[in-house]
Amino acid sequence: MSSIALKYPKTGQGGTGEHPPVKDGGGGDRGGSGSPNYGARLRRARLGLAVGLTSVTMLFVSFTSAYIVRQGLPTLDEHTQTYVRDWISVNLPLTLLLVNTLLLLVSSITVELARRQITRQAALAPVKSIPGVSVGDERGFPWLNITIVLGFGFLFGQWMAWRELADRGFYLATSTSGAFFYVLTGAHAIHLVGGLIALLVSAITALMRRPVESRRIVVDVTAWYWHFMAVLWIYIFGLLWFAR
Amino acid sequence: MATTHTIHAHAAPQGFVRKYIFSLDHKVIGLQYYFLALVAVFVGMFLSLLMRIHLIWPTASLPLFGELKPETYLSLLTMHGTIMVFFVLTTAPQGGFGNYFLPIQIGAPDMAFPVLNMLSFWTTFVAFVVMIAAFFVTGGAPLHGWTGYAPLSALPSAGPGEQLGADLWITSIAIFCLASLMGALNFITTTLDLRAKGMTLMRMPLTVWAWFVTAILGLLAFGVLLSAGILLLLDRNLGTSFYVPLVVVNGQVMGHKGGSPLLWQHLFWFFGHPEVYIAILPGMGVASQLLSTFSRKPIFGYKAMVYAIMAIGLLGFMVWGHHMFMSGMSPWSAFSFSLMTMAIGVPSAIKTFNWLGTIYKGRVRFQSPMLYAIGFVSLFVSGGLSGPFLAQPVLDIPLHDTYFVVGHFHLIMGVAAIFGMFAGTAYWFPKMFGRMMNETLTRIHFWITFIGTYAIFMPMHYLGLAGHPRRYSQLTELNYLKDLIPLQTFMTYAAFITIGIQLVFVFNLFWSMFKGPKASDNPWESTTLEWTTATPPPHDNFGGVTPVVNHGPYEYSVPGAPKDYIMQTDPATAAAH
Repeated sequence: MSSIALKYPKTGQGGTGEHPPVKDGGGGDRGGSGSPNYGARLRRARLGLAVGLTSVTMLFVSFTSAYIVRQGLPTLDEHTQTYVRDWISVNLPLTLLLVNTLLLLVSSITVELARRQITRQAALAPVKSIPGVSVGDERGFPWLNITIVLGFGFLFGQWMAWRELADRGFYLATSTSGAFFYVLTGAHAIHLVGGLIALLVSAITALMRRPVESRRIVVDVTAWYWHFMAVLWIYIFGLLWFAR
Repeated sequence: MATTHTIHAHAAPQGFVRKYIFSLDHKVIGLQYYFLALVAVFVGMFLSLLMRIHLIWPTASLPLFGELKPETYLSLLTMHGTIMVFFVLTTAPQGGFGNYFLPIQIGAPDMAFPVLNMLSFWTTFVAFVVMIAAFFVTGGAPLHGWTGYAPLSALPSAGPGEQLGADLWITSIAIFCLASLMGALNFITTTLDLRAKGMTLMRMPLTVWAWFVTAILGLLAFGVLLSAGILLLLDRNLGTSFYVPLVVVNGQVMGHKGGSPLLWQHLFWFFGHPEVYIAILPGMGVASQLLSTFSRKPIFGYKAMVYAIMAIGLLGFMVWGHHMFMSGMSPWSAFSFSLMTMAIGVPSAIKTFNWLGTIYKGRVRFQSPMLYAIGFVSLFVSGGLSGPFLAQPVLDIPLHDTYFVVGHFHLIMGVAAIFGMFAGTAYWFPKMFGRMMNETLTRIHFWITFIGTYAIFMPMHYLGLAGHPRRYSQLTELNYLKDLIPLQTFMTYAAFITIGIQLVFVFNLFWSMFKGPKASDNPWESTTLEWTTATPPPHDNFGGVTPVVNHGPYEYSVPGAPKDYIMQTDPATAAAH
């Protein structure tokens, strides 16, 4: 067993020996007590996610500030020797992006349903282990797998959008406005791939008889991450559209 | 194995690789960070020594580099700054000591996410390898300084080191950003979620407060540097124009158009100024802890110290423009940046006065950790006092590109932070390795380093006031600098001695690790949690017991108490006040 020997009394090695630390009688989740305390782990994982998303936010805040500053910047025209704006509005593939947005929003709903489903399963898990107790067969609807499919669909749609933009003559080096489109959507797509990997992991571990409580933490945290990615995408889309 | 994911439930590892290399134990990871920084600091010092030699003997043939060309001098300068700032000042105080002692000081069995912790160290390691690799590629290391100003950093044709070397430099910084973000996430979650029973926020040692706020700064700042680095890489390699305006290099028009070099400066310094506090805050925490312990007095104004740390962290995000007074910014912005910068003087002064108030009328034990802590305060004050000068645009403009600034930031950010590390090493060495450091060698090292660093960096202020420009590789052809060469020579000799004495420190470190006298569990009679456990601490830190905290961190010389210190875990009744 890998559970650490937390129950042994401390003998002869505490501090200067006068005041050995008092044993935590409560076995509370503060500091952990050696047993797989799923409640504490879930809270910790959610807190970690919130902290991590703060830094993701800072990344996009930084890109946004660069976007706005660069957009408003006058540049010297070498022929006329006057200051002009070199910002070219990107001809966005609007229909494609709207379809993508819809895909991502629907996937946000399905991942939420997956999250609630596994939360229910985790709550019932202790009951199920009692011999003779049946809570019924719960081969639920595959919300998680649908989310994964929708996620790949969104990524494919983004790739189509990049192709479309290139067809319209906006390559990375063509104009800075186009470059920002690639940077913002690309950075978002990379983050989304991270979420997809986490969803794939939890889908695969579902086949491997991992305890449902443990899987629930992965799904729960990934679902919140996924919601954040949906909101972030709407923000990016709004920025690219309204601040063309 | 249902418990493999609980916080400390990775059992004590068995094989060498799991135990010392890919370890999940925050203590091992802390030491890995510490020794990585130790390697890095010697690389950085070696580079600075080469620069000092070159300044005095420009035709001397130097080891590894031969006779220095001006661009090679700039490479050394760039790599010295980068390695020191990222891989020493950011790595050791936070990654090293923070990793080792933050969980123990709050009574946690490990970091919140041990696997992430291991990843963040090894990512840092990869970043270091990539950084060093820049020396060995065609064209050598980059020339653009640790601040990487565009367009120099954005154009591969701008100089020999700006080719592959600069790409490696930026890549290394980007990897380092990821590592620091992982570390910051772990530190913040651990502090918020894993404190032992009774360890309220206002009972945390000031070291923990400093590491916590440092992690918040890192979390908010490194993402911005990452974004800036991504845009720079695109400008360099894929022809975008974020930072590069229409430029002509060697008679050739580059393909860029309309970019803003100032955009890079804004993004860089939005990271760069908090980075200064990322380097110095952990040192402040260690100094607070040690001054209280070795003066046998409670820290003067604990709450004020906590709020001062927060205020410094907050203001640190509002002052980046004071690095850019030379960029021709609007006088109104310059004025507001100047005002905010001056405001940082207030919490800094609160800290300084509280340190002095802590020593005042204390029963001071002048043991070696205390010497280093006092050295920290001294260097912090000396380096800090020139800050308000440079915060004035009208003074900064003549002083900015002189040695005055070099002296200023080396004293406050470089050497003060390094004294914080020395203090931490001397103080926690017995806990980390179970043995005491040699007191005589430590004292010799302290005095020579202390006097030596002043001898190197104080004269730089005079050089700067005399108008001596920084970043020049040769001084010999410039008549108006001729009178300053003796001072430069003096500084080079001082650098020789100061760097030489660091070998004594390293010898002491490794010799004491194996041959030093055995340490007791609490040799300094300190109060915080790391001194309640065995030496060195067991795998889960407290040998199977979860500590319960009943006291604040600095209860020294409490009237009526049986001893002159009350451990944080002592029963509540022991406080007779």
